[in-house]
Amino acid sequence: MSDVSSATHGDLRLTRITKSYGDFTAVNDLSLTIAEGSFFALLGPSGCGKTTTLRMIAGLEEPTVGSIHLGATDITTKRPYQRPINTVFQNYALFPHLTIFENIAFGLRRRGIKDVTADVNKVLELVELPHLAQRKPTQLSGGQQQRIALARAIVNRPALLLLDEPLGALDLKLRRQMQIELKWIQREVGLTFVHVTHDQEEAMTMADTIAVMNEGEIEQMGSPADLYDNPNTAFVANFLGQSNLIKGRIEGTDGDNLVVDLFGQKISMPKNRSHAVDSSIYAGIRPEKFRISLVGTPTRGNILTGGRIEDVSYIGVSTQYQVTMPWGQEVMVFEQNDDGVPPFDKGDEVVISWEPNFTFALRGDEDVEAGLEVNPEEPEEE
Amino acid sequence: MNKQKDASIPTIPTKARLSRWFGRNLIRIYAVFGFTYLFIPVLYTFAFSFNDSGKSNLIWKGFTLNNWKNPCGAPEVCSALGNSIKIGLLATTFSTILGTMIAFAIGRYAFKGRSTSNLLIFLPMATPEIVLGASLLSLFLVFHINPGFWPTVIAHVMFCISFVVVTVKARIASLDPRLEQAAMDLYANELETFRRVTLPLVAPGIAGAALLAFSLSFDDFIITNFNSGTLTTFPKFVYVSAARGIPAQANVIGSGMFILALLIVIAGQFVGRKVKVSK
Repeated sequence: MSDVSSATHGDLRLTRITKSYGDFTAVNDLSLTIAEGSFFALLGPSGCGKTTTLRMIAGLEEPTVGSIHLGATDITTKRPYQRPINTVFQNYALFPHLTIFENIAFGLRRRGIKDVTADVNKVLELVELPHLAQRKPTQLSGGQQQRIALARAIVNRPALLLLDEPLGALDLKLRRQMQIELKWIQREVGLTFVHVTHDQEEAMTMADTIAVMNEGEIEQMGSPADLYDNPNTAFVANFLGQSNLIKGRIEGTDGDNLVVDLFGQKISMPKNRSHAVDSSIYAGIRPEKFRISLVGTPTRGNILTGGRIEDVSYIGVSTQYQVTMPWGQEVMVFEQNDDGVPPFDKGDEVVISWEPNFTFALRGDEDVEAGLEVNPEEPEEE
Repeated sequence: MNKQKDASIPTIPTKARLSRWFGRNLIRIYAVFGFTYLFIPVLYTFAFSFNDSGKSNLIWKGFTLNNWKNPCGAPEVCSALGNSIKIGLLATTFSTILGTMIAFAIGRYAFKGRSTSNLLIFLPMATPEIVLGASLLSLFLVFHINPGFWPTVIAHVMFCISFVVVTVKARIASLDPRLEQAAMDLYANELETFRRVTLPLVAPGIAGAALLAFSLSFDDFIITNFNSGTLTTFPKFVYVSAARGIPAQANVIGSGMFILALLIVIAGQFVGRKVKVSK
């Protein structure tokens, strides 16, 4: 019925895509290549343009400028039903008037496949819900609907599977379980998955590659570990986990290391982890990379003295300390509760230290609040 | 039963007990009055369809099944009914098709003059029927169209469209646009999406609109009276015969229509409940 060729496959390439609605630019000059067979995540707060990007890939929106290629085929202006791409919609969008079986068979039937039973049953087995074939969508729980929505998409064996906040409506425990399951299914069926989410933990759990989006542009792209350990911008540093960003100045070099002055105290860090353009920087250290010790006890690595514990929160796997530094900044320190040493108390005078290799440096003119104030719980614009 | 329960507590004085009972049952008492008010006329009509009335059906003269056995017994009653059904079916068909299309246009697409159209569609509903009827008649006469069957159908289609648009539009508004996007995503082109997803989901609204249109058309007297000329419809028949006494057959047909409508509603409820129960 439609001219979808399952032969169309390969990497997905977005080239200089811009999408504007009147004066508002949802996606701004975005270029992106998603490798065939990968699990790719577009991560960002609501309104960052990630859903718009996904909808352009699906064909539900047309880019104002730019082109989209799948392998060698230009699909920029193709209608949604002409693309070998399927979507798992936010809130699933299962057809309420059709049975689960017919929901899953929908795509196969539209492509003119007569005998759908075997394929549908196979995919129902894959999502472990074969007994629900004759039910209607409203008779299913949220988690079950989620799996059916996934089954309805992957039964078509698309070149690309798009997932739009697929787990957003599930409760936390179920979400964790589905994250692992989705990753397993992706490996099992070997399709390219493009996943849109505002949940950084979800993106990090599932994706091979994450593109962090902010205000219509990609801030940084890389593996979850790259992004977390070596963020390029304050937005990424704050949006993925927590960061301590301390104002500083590069004083000089020492071999492969930079010597940095943080409010009069010298630290060192690898040159290649600095994203600064001049000597003015923000030194970034993740809270769990900090060690905390009482004044007078031996320490190693980079050291900052003069801290005072402002607040202690014991949260089981770790103890979180808020430490006020001599220059008035409060830093976060997460200590694992694994050494039997009793937690320090509020008011203790402490020294914080860390391995120089964990330090990253951002440009000194960055907005240290970037990525902090966004409310990731808001649903993305439709 | 509340009375008994209260009586077992001797400490409460009678007056307080009564007022408490009254307070508890107020909504029931109100409901009984409400339904009595609504249904006495229907019951009256139904009862007098069994009246062995003779010519005038005003005084109870005795029970008979003859009227029900021979509903066409009174002169012209069945030809009037036939006309009403014919006009009703035609008006329903045309107004449902046109109204559904308008509803989709207004409910789904942004175009210049959309909100004006949205407002104007209410106008026939708000205009007094007597004005509509009279203006339509003069319009037909200006174009040298004589009142009769087709002018009546045209008039009925006109006033039914508004109701169809409003009913179907409400259904379209509650339809999640993502379902259609999902259909397109799953290789259904525009036509298939409409046929396989949009239409089935809007169908209950369209069916409701069609029933409403039919009952409005069947029931209409004022506009029909202006535009039907010598043609007799059922409401016209009842009105005209009121002068010399309405035959009991009119009650039979009225009751029949009522029972039919009731059965449709019950069937609708039953189907709806069956869908829910199978959860």
